[in-house]
Amino acid sequence: MSFSFLTPLFGVSVLVQNIGRASLALLCIAVQPSSGRAAPVDAPLPDHSLYQQGEEMPGGTASHQNALSRDSFSHPVTTLTLAQRLDFRLGDALFRKLWVAAPSSTTASDGLGPLFNARFCQSCHVRDGRGHPPVANEQPTALFLRLSIPPARPQQQQMYSGHLASVPDPVYGSQLQNFSVQNVPAEGKVRIQHEEITVTMTGNEQGVLLKPVYHIDALGYGPMHPQLRLSPRVAPPMLGLGLLEAIPAEQILAREDPEDSNNDGISGRAQWVWSSAEQRLMLGRFGWKAGNATLADQNNSALANDIGIGNPLFPSAYGDCTVAQQACLTAHNGNTPAQENLEAASTMTDLLLFYARHLGVPARQDARDEEVLAGKQQFHQAGCAQCHTPTYTTSTDTTPALAQQTIWPYSDLLLHDMGPGLADEHQEYRAAGHEWRTAPLWGLGHTRRINPKAGYLHDGRARTVLEAILWHGGEAEAARNHVAQRMTPTQRQQLLTFLESL
Amino acid sequence: MFKPTLAVLAAGITALMPVHGFAAPQANDVLKTYADIAQAGYEDSLHTAQALQVSISKLISEPTDTNLKAARDAWIAARVPYQQTEVYRFGNSLVDDWEGKVNAWPLDEGLIDYVATDSYGAESDENPLYTANVIANAKLQLNGEELDATTIDKALLQKLHEAEEVEANVATGYHAIEFLLWGQDLNGTHPGAGNRPATDFDTKNCTGGHCDRRAQYLQAATELLIDDLQDMANSWKAEGDARKALLAKGDKDGLATILTGMGSLSYGELAGERTKLGLMLHDPEEEHDCFSDNTHWSHFYDAKGIQNVYLGEYTRVDGNTVKGPSLSDLIKAADPALDTELRGKLDTTQNAAQAMVDAAAKGHTFDVLIAANNDSGNKLVQTFVDGLVAQTQSLEKAVKIVGSGDISIEGSDSLDNPSAVQ
Repeated sequence: MSFSFLTPLFGVSVLVQNIGRASLALLCIAVQPSSGRAAPVDAPLPDHSLYQQGEEMPGGTASHQNALSRDSFSHPVTTLTLAQRLDFRLGDALFRKLWVAAPSSTTASDGLGPLFNARFCQSCHVRDGRGHPPVANEQPTALFLRLSIPPARPQQQQMYSGHLASVPDPVYGSQLQNFSVQNVPAEGKVRIQHEEITVTMTGNEQGVLLKPVYHIDALGYGPMHPQLRLSPRVAPPMLGLGLLEAIPAEQILAREDPEDSNNDGISGRAQWVWSSAEQRLMLGRFGWKAGNATLADQNNSALANDIGIGNPLFPSAYGDCTVAQQACLTAHNGNTPAQENLEAASTMTDLLLFYARHLGVPARQDARDEEVLAGKQQFHQAGCAQCHTPTYTTSTDTTPALAQQTIWPYSDLLLHDMGPGLADEHQEYRAAGHEWRTAPLWGLGHTRRINPKAGYLHDGRARTVLEAILWHGGEAEAARNHVAQRMTPTQRQQLLTFLESL
Repeated sequence: MFKPTLAVLAAGITALMPVHGFAAPQANDVLKTYADIAQAGYEDSLHTAQALQVSISKLISEPTDTNLKAARDAWIAARVPYQQTEVYRFGNSLVDDWEGKVNAWPLDEGLIDYVATDSYGAESDENPLYTANVIANAKLQLNGEELDATTIDKALLQKLHEAEEVEANVATGYHAIEFLLWGQDLNGTHPGAGNRPATDFDTKNCTGGHCDRRAQYLQAATELLIDDLQDMANSWKAEGDARKALLAKGDKDGLATILTGMGSLSYGELAGERTKLGLMLHDPEEEHDCFSDNTHWSHFYDAKGIQNVYLGEYTRVDGNTVKGPSLSDLIKAADPALDTELRGKLDTTQNAAQAMVDAAAKGHTFDVLIAANNDSGNKLVQTFVDGLVAQTQSLEKAVKIVGSGDISIEGSDSLDNPSAVQ
């Protein structure tokens, strides 16, 4: 049997492989001006109201055209062979596999926790779509809180150089697990309060934004660090992840402009992180702060920390347990000889990776619709495309199913200052509390079909796409103000129609 | 995108009629047969679960080896109709959302009852976690909260499960009952099933501790299963929600639902998740009915359910037959060769399933067949996988023939995108 995931992948960081930190900035500055960003808002623009060839296939020819349903994000790219399709399905099975506490008869399925946020991948990535904040008083499952404390100077350097994500709470670790196996205390309960913010737009239209405030109750292991920083995260959608991984790094780096040398008010910084999978420093692409460079890193770290399953990259069976959590460390683990003395052997994580990498993107139904095209024009005119970069061509040097596809993810995958409204104090590698990676917009219009409770932005606070736009600040403030204060209600509706068509 | 309307579909089939000489049934009648089979299947599941309940009551009042064997036989009998309904899970979201309550797998064994400790390495048997289960504890900690398990009843089990699709504990349904009747299968990939003694339910001569609470758990889980099966049987009656939801889809989408169910169970679920994955991981308990070593029958009847739906024919537990206009009739009118092909492939799969059943009769149960060094056993299981994959390919052709242009088989690929079908 041959798995395409066993072939070496992506030349993504050939470029950066041997470059030290010092020369990175030089490289980026050298590359940036030649490609440049879209022109500032008021300059003449190309006619974006015209249909562009291929834009109805956001995942390239690998886009799927299955009927729209709540499973629209769960179909593979259409370029797999029949044998690969079965591997994809096996990965899907593992993605939906319920993990149970050890010991159990199911040696390949036990090892949950001892502390966990979720019992299985799909619990957060609901049908491969976005997660959601908790409803009413329930405990969140598709949202968790990252925890950190302020870094000391040497730690700050490690974070900046991509070798340390953040400094964990000494007792509670790097995220709050609000579930646990029997007789191990859970870490605490999450409580969310909301403050209402009213926004007035042109045409006397009003919007009410809900600003969440996070609290932790029922602490299971005593007090938290006095300078604890919280950062909520909702699970992002999974579509097209392998295609994002296959974008050549230089295409992303070409858009970096850390010093805003073209004076368009938008910088864009690359995240740099150590890849445990590739054992080198690489461009970060995945997660709300681009804190993971490869899908292997992303998958396996989530498996370890969110579910508590030790795996080849992160072998501890105790996930995010700290030395201060003895009940957790003395709980039984699910390591078995048949699973390479791990809870999940490489057979399993390889299949999971194959699955995550080959999730397809649905074709767009209404890309040629007049209102949609008018909205696309608005999108460009407002300056959204300056960070939500429409299109790329994937690398030739990757698995054939994903190679040389013209894709339309609408993201530059870079970090931007998004202003105080979305900021928290938690720093992740070099991304400060106010910096977030531009979220890809493909599939946006399917969000609620996949998960009716889904919310937008990093903690799901925005109930609608318009609310998400209104939350934009910092570098995106000009674009946000354009939408709220300069567009007519009709134009704004066109913009939303376009976004919903993605 | 090619999206034929029903009118096109009907016209196409009518036009073909004189050529082949078969009268195509009305799509609506095919849907009715499909719903009738569902109703009969869930009713049979309910009745066999009620028979199981009678056996369990007898076991608890007289915990003898004979009565334990009778309860186990009743459980195996209850799986026969239930497995044939699994084909309804896919495409019918109402069934899919409900399924986790009755058939979730794997199971939180250690939350329910004692589990063996010696097979888990050198860890101390004194570890309190080995006994942190509902049967042994009137109170225990769950997610940092004290769970009051003084009385084990339906309400308590529902509470364990109440987080629904999110963080539900897997402590109810067929497999919880199976675990309580058989206990853990500690034979690995060697022959033998779970071997719980009848005295585990004997309050006078109790083994395993807490025999009264174990009996309570077993009864409560059985009552809950019966409630859930009753709900689903009702749901397929004339005015039931599942039947109404199916018919409300209209003819084209209704037919799409049937094909989605057949293809999704064949390909991703049965060939992939339940068979191939176990084969790859060589995990003795990645099989479905692991405590009872009944996986061969469970797979056999899953596949049989797919065939039933295609042929529009189901043999009930009492021997009566539910039969009506079928998808097979519909395909035959449009493309007799494809109908022959599909019937042939469904038969091939049944033969492959029968071969696993025959092997099990000689002691080579599914967990033995998938062992790492058992080449001939692995091959037998792989033949079953191949049969299911092959029938999925024919089903994809059927989708095009029937003209249900936009059907997706979960875990399969775009069926209306011919370039994807290789």
